[in-house]
Amino acid sequence: MLEPSPTGRFGEFGGTFVPEVLVPACHELDAAFRDAWGDPSFHEAYLGVLTEFGGRPTPITHCERLSSDLGVRVLLKREDLLHTGSHKLNNVVGQGLLTKRMGKRRLIAETGAGQHGVATATAAALLGLECTVFMGEVDTQRQELNVFRMELLGATVVTVTSGSRTLKDAVNEAMREWVTCVDDTHYCLGSVMGPHPFPWMVREFQRVIGDESRRQLAERGLPVPDVVVACVGGGSNAIGLFSGFVDTDARLVGVEARGGAAIGAGRPGVLHGMRSQLLQDDVGQILEAHSISAGLDYPGIGPEHAHLAATGRAEYPSADDDEVLDAVGLLARTEGIIAALESAHAVAWLLREAGRSIPLGATVLLGLSGRGDKDMAHVAALLATRR
Amino acid sequence: MTVPLGATLAAHRDAGRKLFIPYVMAGSTPTWLDAVEALIAAGADAVEVGLPFSDPIIDGPTIQAAATIALHAGTTFDGVVAALSTRRLGVPLIAMTYANVVLSRGYDLAAHLLFGAGCSGAIIADLSLEELDDWHDAADTHGIETVLLAAPSTPPVRLDAICARAQGFLYAVGRMATTGETASLDPRGIELVRALRPRTSLPICLGIGISSPAQAAEACAVADGVVVGSAIVRRMLEGESPEALGAFAGSLREGLDAQ
Repeated sequence: MLEPSPTGRFGEFGGTFVPEVLVPACHELDAAFRDAWGDPSFHEAYLGVLTEFGGRPTPITHCERLSSDLGVRVLLKREDLLHTGSHKLNNVVGQGLLTKRMGKRRLIAETGAGQHGVATATAAALLGLECTVFMGEVDTQRQELNVFRMELLGATVVTVTSGSRTLKDAVNEAMREWVTCVDDTHYCLGSVMGPHPFPWMVREFQRVIGDESRRQLAERGLPVPDVVVACVGGGSNAIGLFSGFVDTDARLVGVEARGGAAIGAGRPGVLHGMRSQLLQDDVGQILEAHSISAGLDYPGIGPEHAHLAATGRAEYPSADDDEVLDAVGLLARTEGIIAALESAHAVAWLLREAGRSIPLGATVLLGLSGRGDKDMAHVAALLATRR
Repeated sequence: MTVPLGATLAAHRDAGRKLFIPYVMAGSTPTWLDAVEALIAAGADAVEVGLPFSDPIIDGPTIQAAATIALHAGTTFDGVVAALSTRRLGVPLIAMTYANVVLSRGYDLAAHLLFGAGCSGAIIADLSLEELDDWHDAADTHGIETVLLAAPSTPPVRLDAICARAQGFLYAVGRMATTGETASLDPRGIELVRALRPRTSLPICLGIGISSPAQAAEACAVADGVVVGSAIVRRMLEGESPEALGAFAGSLREGLDAQ
């Protein structure tokens, strides 16, 4: 994958658009990450935790019934089977170990669906760090179970009531908190977004998904897939999966939520420390995203995705809420896998495009980033309104 | 008539006057422009005019609330420029906002419009030194002086780099916090002013957390002036009239003059 420029640019996107109070902390983090990532003992510790605690490697599942129905070979990269139920653990283990290496004692994080919050609380418990998670009020209501999980893990959950009371505002509040405590606290950002070095560092911690997939396919004598697809909010699971295949001819597809389509419906701007594609009005005020899935309810996207879109290396279609609900049900009935609403966006795109832009007989590797247990009450309510 | 920022403030400082720079969020009350005039009448040396942004990451609850109110009231960049153009205020105005607000208008056009509206200074809160060039060039072209912030966390070598590019005045961030009122000054802010002093000939003003005449006077034992934001914005949001606001500003002015 592309190295960002020294100032954290991926093409025209990325950068360090933060108030001066936070710049030294970003620089400190950049130096600490470079040092750690060049140290074999850090990699050993990181992969050790992901293996013994997290359950890596996660399997690749060949969906026989779905493949037969669709006429394309469907392979799922099963991050839903990682401890805590999503790919988020890869990132928080990396950042948690880095936090200890920097001599800091506390993690703060934002969360939308709650998956990153739960993962951060988990890493904090494992590593003996304090943890505070910021979560929008709308999200604490739709993801009540995850709030309980975080608290059970010893974290403090702060309900954010400003702005749209979702993920975007949770990020604002976490950044405001970080200003007051940079000396002893690390901001454990949950996706490939924010100021440099976060988009790059989080990608490096998530590339294990793509690198591992590439190796597993080779071990099974399978060719590089024709299509590699994953859902995109900030875009960490997608960039992690793409990392293993960006140097191949595979078609890379990131599926946005229809109501949070930063690439599909946004334009370049500056938010949360980065220049990227953003949903905004004509005078530069950021718009609220709307999605069935709290984890994709974000008006921006990671700057590297904006760059991959601008250069044409990856494409970013969207899926709407109805398609996503259908996809959750179909994958459950056909394969016995209940996907997270976020991940189901990729499934919905597959169902729509198989036999169309995906030729019959093609092989598709789909990043199943999380499991759907957290969404069951929400899905049940939505399905009830359909009847 | 746009009044130059740095030259005006430096002249006041050199004449022995401590600088008082209040902040008002444009559009946060129907009488915000009257409030600006009242602050000037009470002895403000320059006024920061906030242009609201949906996601103000360096602002605390008071200024966040003011931004939300202003945006709900339909406040836009062009609207603020038009409103400012209706008054002759006679002191330098400093536009304070976030990058996306000026980026959305285009840096060059934004700088041109702001100057035409009486702004000779600008603070773009989330444009770090690393991201400053495009804005700085546009601002220079149109006569806008770009005010830079230095923080207690800023290392010495970076203070040098900030001082090398700052215009108008040096904004010393008084504490590691978002904007908001506080009970007492943070010694780290005072240390920062001392660290900046040998590095710049510009006036140095302390801001973030200054909310009373006594604090303003205390800050000016070392600084050349103060920026007062949340203490003024809160009073406006609570419905204080421009006259009452002017009286509060007058008490701050007296605190500074007694220094």
